[in-house]
Amino acid sequence: MIDVHSLTVRFGGVVSLDDMQASFPDGICGLIGPNGAGKTTFFNVMSGFVTPAAGRIDCQGVDLLAMADFERARWGLRRTFQTEQAIEGMSVYENVLTVQEHTGKGGAAAREAVEKALEFAHLSDVAGAAVRTLPAKERRFIEVARAVVGAPKVVMLDEPAAGLPDEESTELTQIIKGIPDHTGATVILVDHDMTLVQNVCTWTAVLDFGRLLASGPTAEVLRNPDVLAAYLGSDDVDDSFEGQTVEADG
Amino acid sequence: MSPVAKLMGQKAFHPAAVAAVTLLAFFVVPVVFSDFWVRNFTQTAVFAVVAGSAGMLYGRVGLVSLGQVAPYGIGCWICMRLAYATDLPFPLLVLFGGIGAALIGTLIGLPALRVSGLYLALVTLMLAAGVETLLFQFKFPNGGGGFKGVAEDLGSITPLRRPTFAETDAAYFRFVVIFAVILFVIAWWALHNKPGRAWASVMQSEPSALTAGIDITRYKLVAFTLASFMAGCAGGLFAGSVQSSIGVDQFNRQAALFLIAAVMMGGIQSLWGGLLAGIFAKVLLDVLVSYAPGGQFWNDFSLSLFGFGLMMNLIQSTKAMEKKGLLA
Repeated sequence: MIDVHSLTVRFGGVVSLDDMQASFPDGICGLIGPNGAGKTTFFNVMSGFVTPAAGRIDCQGVDLLAMADFERARWGLRRTFQTEQAIEGMSVYENVLTVQEHTGKGGAAAREAVEKALEFAHLSDVAGAAVRTLPAKERRFIEVARAVVGAPKVVMLDEPAAGLPDEESTELTQIIKGIPDHTGATVILVDHDMTLVQNVCTWTAVLDFGRLLASGPTAEVLRNPDVLAAYLGSDDVDDSFEGQTVEADG
Repeated sequence: MSPVAKLMGQKAFHPAAVAAVTLLAFFVVPVVFSDFWVRNFTQTAVFAVVAGSAGMLYGRVGLVSLGQVAPYGIGCWICMRLAYATDLPFPLLVLFGGIGAALIGTLIGLPALRVSGLYLALVTLMLAAGVETLLFQFKFPNGGGGFKGVAEDLGSITPLRRPTFAETDAAYFRFVVIFAVILFVIAWWALHNKPGRAWASVMQSEPSALTAGIDITRYKLVAFTLASFMAGCAGGLFAGSVQSSIGVDQFNRQAALFLIAAVMMGGIQSLWGGLLAGIFAKVLLDVLVSYAPGGQFWNDFSLSLFGFGLMMNLIQSTKAMEKKGLLA
């Protein structure tokens, strides 16, 4: 369970997150919204890259913002990035091992944990391969393996399937679905691909202009007129959208 | 790709290649070459260690330090001072030089590592200039009394002692080779274990490294400490090779720029680049001075020559990257 209380982030005059209130129950939660809604900013606050002007985040009873950035990973916070960040100069195995050895046990226990994560992310066959020789699919899957290795408590996936063709995206969807059972972690998925969100997320929160627009069971949220308005730019639903075009993306 | 190129390829530090080079240095160099060239090869090995440490910082951690001559000079001074003041075995003195340089390097690294890129390069160059000033004031010990250990009277200058088992040039060369190989193996070990994986992560993306739980400042500092230790030990080894009348010119700002140019020419991806840099800086230059027309001119011209070499290297690597499609 993740509770976000009055989270506010400002960049100069721009308010990226405006008194955001949200709860993410266990399982897989979607976080959606038009471009610029503050989704990645929220992930960056969680990761510690951005210090909020105000607010609190309780993750499974722990005050996340009180921890130093690198300590959050040790506590169990993991994330992937919109542009994949697999380390070019290392093998697939070493990529996952790096996360394990800095967040959990080393030695034989580490080897076991890494092998388990690689198997989970369908990477066992390429464990020894150098990352720079691998295509986009494997690089994306490495990100997932890095996020699930060891004992993660919260896994944040930022557009994990971006750039993948349908078939590979489907394979990734299956892997993501298995994360809560495999690790016990709460997963937050940011994506513009509504099919993916519908397939994977039991609960979804919608951000618009830095504020929570709606949240609840995914099917309900995706039918919510306010959400449709935010995505499609209708001006007859809510006056606050009048005259603004909100771009639908993906 | 030829087997040799494969063996000495990009990241490989193949045990067989290391053994081959070590054996060649150990058994062939002292037999085939005159004392002059053996001394030259000794300094090549010393320079290789300093270059290897700077190359590792730049190529494998992403820290551009122009100040590696500072721990090199500090290690040299500490080793010399202790050699005259104590009866400790020489290898221990070299180690103390390395440890002293590592301590000072770490202290300097703490504030310096808050900046990166060009600013880190400038800060380290200025720190090197500060150390140069200090070394110039203190001078290198030559057997005199007092804290500085500097005798003004030329008659009381005593050459620095060498290890009892390595007093001749040939034996000392072998001693330096063994020491250098040990230092390179330590660096190799670090690069292929937890610190190396952390460095590779930090170098590619700091945000990604943070989300992997890597304490970035700590690992940068570890790199700085290890590199300072290597350069400090090299300073001690250098002291034993020259033995007397060491001047600050080996460790000044010009030497700092010369070092980084040699490092870039040698290559920063592999530890072998350090050895190549040593060969460029010592062997190639002395071959030019000894055999090419112009003689001593090449020494004075060395910085420009290496600047030119660096430029050619950058042009070539850009072309190679274009060929591989690495440059958009």
